[in-house]
Amino acid sequence: MLIAFLQRAVLQGIPLLFGSTGEILTEKSGNLNLGTAGVMYVGGISGVIGSFLYEQSHTDLNAFWAIFIPILCCLFGSLVMGLIYSFLTVTLRANQNVTGLALTTFGVGFGNFFGGSLIKLTKSDVPSITLSRTSLFFNKSLPFASNLGWFGKVFLSYSFLTYVAIAIALIMTFYLNKTRSGLNLKAVGENSATADAAGINVYRYKYFSTCIGSMVAGLGGLYYVMDYASGIWSNDAFGDRGWLAIALVIFAIWRPNMSIIGSILFGGLFIVHNYIPNLSMGDQELFQMLPYVVTIIVLIVISMRKRRENQPPACLGLNYFREDR
Amino acid sequence: MSNANTKVKEPLFHVVKRIGMPTWQSWLIRIVSVVFALIICGVITVLMTGENPLQVYATIIKGAVGTERRIWSLAQNTAILLCVSLAVTPAFKMKFWNIGAEGQVLIGGLATTWCMLNFGDKLPNWLLIIVLLVVSIVSAALWAVIPAFFKARWNTNETLFTLMMNYIAIQIVSYYVLIHSNPKGSGFIGVINPNTEAGWLPKLFGQQYMINILIVIFLTVFMYIYLKYNKHGYELSVVGESENTARYIGINVKKVIIRTMILSGAICGIAGFLLVSGTDHTITRDTAGGRGFTAIMVSWLAKFNPIYMILTSLLIVFLQRGAGEISTVFNLNQSFSEIITGIIIFFIIGSEFFVNYSIKFREKEGK
Repeated sequence: MLIAFLQRAVLQGIPLLFGSTGEILTEKSGNLNLGTAGVMYVGGISGVIGSFLYEQSHTDLNAFWAIFIPILCCLFGSLVMGLIYSFLTVTLRANQNVTGLALTTFGVGFGNFFGGSLIKLTKSDVPSITLSRTSLFFNKSLPFASNLGWFGKVFLSYSFLTYVAIAIALIMTFYLNKTRSGLNLKAVGENSATADAAGINVYRYKYFSTCIGSMVAGLGGLYYVMDYASGIWSNDAFGDRGWLAIALVIFAIWRPNMSIIGSILFGGLFIVHNYIPNLSMGDQELFQMLPYVVTIIVLIVISMRKRRENQPPACLGLNYFREDR
Repeated sequence: MSNANTKVKEPLFHVVKRIGMPTWQSWLIRIVSVVFALIICGVITVLMTGENPLQVYATIIKGAVGTERRIWSLAQNTAILLCVSLAVTPAFKMKFWNIGAEGQVLIGGLATTWCMLNFGDKLPNWLLIIVLLVVSIVSAALWAVIPAFFKARWNTNETLFTLMMNYIAIQIVSYYVLIHSNPKGSGFIGVINPNTEAGWLPKLFGQQYMINILIVIFLTVFMYIYLKYNKHGYELSVVGESENTARYIGINVKKVIIRTMILSGAICGIAGFLLVSGTDHTITRDTAGGRGFTAIMVSWLAKFNPIYMILTSLLIVFLQRGAGEISTVFNLNQSFSEIITGIIIFFIIGSEFFVNYSIKFREKEGK
C-alpha cells in the first residue's frame, strides 16, 4: 500500500519536477515565465504529434526512433514557445506577466486544438488519442527491478524519463552553484545592471536560460502523456499541473535539488485523497488544494524570515534595458 | 577625436527610449499591429480550412454580432470581462500584480450562491439582491486582502501568492458544488431557484442582461474618476511609480496597498455576483472561465485606462466569439479561438515596443 502510494506519487510528481526545474532555470535569469502551463501543453502535444505520425507511417516501430522522434518534437515545440516568450520580453521588453499569460492561453489552445484535430483524424469513439505502442517504449523499466523487493519497486521501477528528470535537476543544481556560467546566470537574475557592468551578456543569458528552461518544462508534458497517462492524450487532461509546477518552484525555494523531494511530496499531496478511506467526493476536492496551501505557507515563511539565500531572484519579473536607470 | 587603436565596431543599430509619442501615433501603431495579427490569423484559418479569406472574416463578424441575441450576449460577456478588468486595474497601477482575480470572482460568486440557496425563500427579492451584492463584495474583498496584508507587512511576493489563491478558491467551489449538488450526486448545482427566480437580477426593458451592463458602465465611470480625480487614485499611482517617493512624501504605503486590494477584491466580488445572480444562476468551478487572466491582458493593453478598457475588452470578446463561430462553421476544434486570441495578444504586446522605443541605425562612417 505504502509502496504503491509512493510509486503513484512519483508518477504524479515527475511532470512537476520537469516543469519546476525548467522554471527555476528561467526564473534565475529574472524571467518569470507564467507561460509554463502552456509550454508543457505544447511540449506534450508536439511529442504526441511526432509519435502519432511515426506510428501511423510504420507498422514495426523501431525502439530508438519511437523514443527519439517524440522527444525531438517535444523539445522543438517547447523551444519555439521559449523563443516567443524571450523575444517578446527580452528583445521587445514586453510585460512578463501579460506575455506569460498570453503564452498559456496560446499553448493550452494549441494543445487542445491539435489534440482535438488528431482525435478527429483517428475517427475513434472516445475523445482521446491512444499511442500505447510508443508508450510501451517509454515505459520500459529496468528488467531486474521487480526482483529486488520493495527497494526495486520504490527506487528502480520507473521509466527512463523519470531518471532523466532527476538527473537534470541534479545537473542544474551543480550548474547553478558550481560553474562560472551558472553563477553569471544568477547574477543576471539578482541584478542585471551589475551583471552587465561586469561584462556578462545579459540578453544572451536570458534567452538561453528561458529557452532551455522551456525545453525542460516541455519534457514534463511529454512525460505526462507517455508515462503517466500510458500514451493517451485527451484534451484538458493535463489540467492545472503547469501552475502546480510554478508553485513547486516556490516550495523548492528556487533550488532544483529541493524540487526533487518537493515534486514527490506534491505528487503525494495531489493523490493522498485516494488513499484515505471513507472520503466523500467533496472532501477529496478539499484535499486537492493541499499543494497550494503548502506553497502559500512556504511563501509566507520565507518572506517573514528574510534569509537572503531563500529569496526569489531580486530582478524576477523585471525586464532589463541598459539605458534605464 | 577618434583614436585609431581603440576602434570599436559600432553595432548596426541600437535601441533608444522614445520620449512622448503623440497619442494618435501610438494608437496607429497598435491598430496596425491588430490588423497584422488579423491578417496572420486569416492566413492560418485559410490554410486550415481552404476557405476564401473574406468569408473567414465575414464569419467572425457574423459569429460575434450576427443576430440580436448574439449582440446581447457579446455585450454581456464584454461587460463581465470589463468588470474584472476594472477590478485588477487599481492594483496593477500600484504595480501589485494581482493575478488572483479568477479566485476573487469565484469567491464572490460562491457567496452569492450561498445566500441564494439559504435565503432564497426567506427574504423579499429586492432585499435579497442587496444582501447578495453586499455579501459577495465583502467576501471577495476579504479574500483579496489576505495577500495584500502579507505584501504590506512582509513584502511577500504577491504574484505567486494570488496565483495560488486562485486554485484554493477553485477547490473550495468544487467542494461546495459537490456537497450541494442538485440533484444529489450529479456534481452540479443546477439552476438555483428556477421557479421563484429568487435572487435573480430582474429583466430591465425586457432585456435579461441590461442591469449587468448598466452596473458595469457605472463602475467604469467610477473607476475612471477614482483613478484620475481622486486622492486615492493619485496615491496608488505614486506607490506604483516609486515606493520610496511615496514614503518620502508621507504616503502610508501599507495602507494604500491594503485599501487598493480591498477595492480590487470588492469589484471582483461584483463580477462574481453578476455572473451568478445576473447570468448563470448557478456556479461551477469554471464560472470565472479564465476571465481573471484575460482581464490582466485587457487592463494592460488599455494602459490601465478604464475608458480604453471598453475597447480592449470588446476586442477580445469579439475575437473569441468570432473565432468560436469559425470553429463551428468550418468544423474546427473549439480551441481555435484560444490560438487566435493568443496570436493577437502577442502582436499587441509586441507593438508596445515600437511605442516606447525607437531603433536608431548606425550613422554613415566619416561623420
